[in-house]
Amino acid sequence: MKILVPVKQVTRLRDDFAMRAADAANAGGGAVALTPDALEWSANEWDAFSLEAALALRDDAVRNGAGDVEVVAVTVGDEHSEPALRTALAMGVERAIRVWDEALDDTLDGGDPLSVARLLAAVAEAESPQLILCGAQSADMANAATGVALAGLLDFAHVAVVSTVERDGGRLIVQRELEGGAVELLRISTPALLTVQTSIDKPRRPNLRAIKQARTAAVTVLGLGKLGLNADTLSAAAGARTAGLYTRPAGRATLLEGSPAEIAERIAAIVNEAIAS
Amino acid sequence: MSGILVIAEAREGALRPVSFELIAAARELSEHGAGLVTVALVDHDAEALAGALAVAGVQEILAVPTPEPRVEAHVTQAAVEHLVAQRRPSLVLAGHTLDSLGFAPAVAAHGAHGFASDVTAVSWSDRGVLAWRPAYGEQLVAELNFPGKETVVLLLRPGSYAAAAAAAADGDGAVIGAGEATIERLALDLAASSRSERVELHETPSGEADIAKADFVLAIGRGAASAERVAELERLAARIGATLAVSGPLVEAGWAARARKVGQSGKTVAPRIYLALGISGAAQHLAGMSRSRTIIAVNSDAQARIFDVAHYGAVADLFEVAAELERALCGQRDLD
Repeated sequence: MKILVPVKQVTRLRDDFAMRAADAANAGGGAVALTPDALEWSANEWDAFSLEAALALRDDAVRNGAGDVEVVAVTVGDEHSEPALRTALAMGVERAIRVWDEALDDTLDGGDPLSVARLLAAVAEAESPQLILCGAQSADMANAATGVALAGLLDFAHVAVVSTVERDGGRLIVQRELEGGAVELLRISTPALLTVQTSIDKPRRPNLRAIKQARTAAVTVLGLGKLGLNADTLSAAAGARTAGLYTRPAGRATLLEGSPAEIAERIAAIVNEAIAS
Repeated sequence: MSGILVIAEAREGALRPVSFELIAAARELSEHGAGLVTVALVDHDAEALAGALAVAGVQEILAVPTPEPRVEAHVTQAAVEHLVAQRRPSLVLAGHTLDSLGFAPAVAAHGAHGFASDVTAVSWSDRGVLAWRPAYGEQLVAELNFPGKETVVLLLRPGSYAAAAAAAADGDGAVIGAGEATIERLALDLAASSRSERVELHETPSGEADIAKADFVLAIGRGAASAERVAELERLAARIGATLAVSGPLVEAGWAARARKVGQSGKTVAPRIYLALGISGAAQHLAGMSRSRTIIAVNSDAQARIFDVAHYGAVADLFEVAAELERALCGQRDLD
């Protein structure tokens, strides 16, 4: 069995940039122009859990003599995205693939889940995994959509937001979270795609030796041509275009100030009034 | 073609509140020229529940019965793909919810439609559809457009639109708020579309206090920092007459029962008072509480997102305030 795990190096605004943007918003400013130095990068929290789920399935297969499992990590992005793959390699994936092409500099809106899904679909078609495990969402854009969109392109069976996954012969048993705190156990056939919630098993921590080895491990970089895509097909696959970025309107909260005792008095008065009304 | 197709949601024989928020958004877009509003309900009980969707502004209701009494993502996907192919709406509105996230991105990708999720506002004008959603960990708002897309699928964040009033009979039996909607049963052959089999369903464990029914919720988050402190705050909640609720990380850490979780994969609450101590306000949490009548937030981080939805906010240490709160509230309130 081969398991493909798409991962993402996420971005956030650097504190100084965020503060300037907030000041501008309070002064009535609006549009924001993001420069590359406004961003800092880190691994997406959810991906550690999807990687763990994939590696745990491999460990189980080894223990049960259930055949070889190969885990392949893939990301879409320029060299800023490479640490996400190094982390995956340190955790123990066999191979790492980075999709990038200079043509994507101008054509790819990295926050658009359908565009990213189209690129990942081309990788999946070449790799033919039986299982794809995605994080339930990314910390920066929080679309929570790339995985299920990818399943739609590949026509894979899919379950979103799962908190356990086990093999059941040639099939899978997964636990899906429902609104309201209920959960259901589902049996599905492969090929399948699951998006994984952070309530699944705790991610393993790679040791120093593994981290060191991952630094020099090979990463395959695939361009659009290798994937049978071009800038036009990718543009057509995009779900949306970002027309502008704006600072958020300032919060509407009335500030309660003073000592903890004074704050507590104010809260008590608000609570009593609200309960009485 | 044109028009708006709303994908309503139901669970366990009841419509979910997000359905009426979607209708409210659709009605607003319709008033700006986006066309007629059709509401589709793909559910085992679709026919029984369809009537309640007949609120003002809805022209047509499609009840699509499903073979099983559960939401099966591939079944819903097949039904929605059928409706989109047949009617070619300009807009498809669904909720940014666990159920809709299970099928809507696949519908959009498969059909090469326009798409955005976690949308907090939508507009319709001569410029076409515009949607706004958070970006960069909610630090910014992105404005999105959808050039060249005949159909755009949008998942709206629960709580972004005030719900359209549900149809209800007044004392004389007349139906208030009902529109002129026609209701049509649409029998689609969906049995073969299912690609999962339900092995078990675990309802939320009973015996825990029902946070969804509480008038006064004391909610705590990551800031509570340890199992001992969670227990301490639970005792405080009991003493001040509040019901304790928690954000996701506390359940994942094993410090609180799953039934106490507020948020996208927890419960949705709308109490008279939501007092949030040490909750940062991740989007998944806000989805479960932003419609509370009065929200008070205490957090040591002045930038915490919870302050964006709170009516009252204090930048302070939660334990210092909690200690004083007991004195302030227990002295005055009649605890029965």
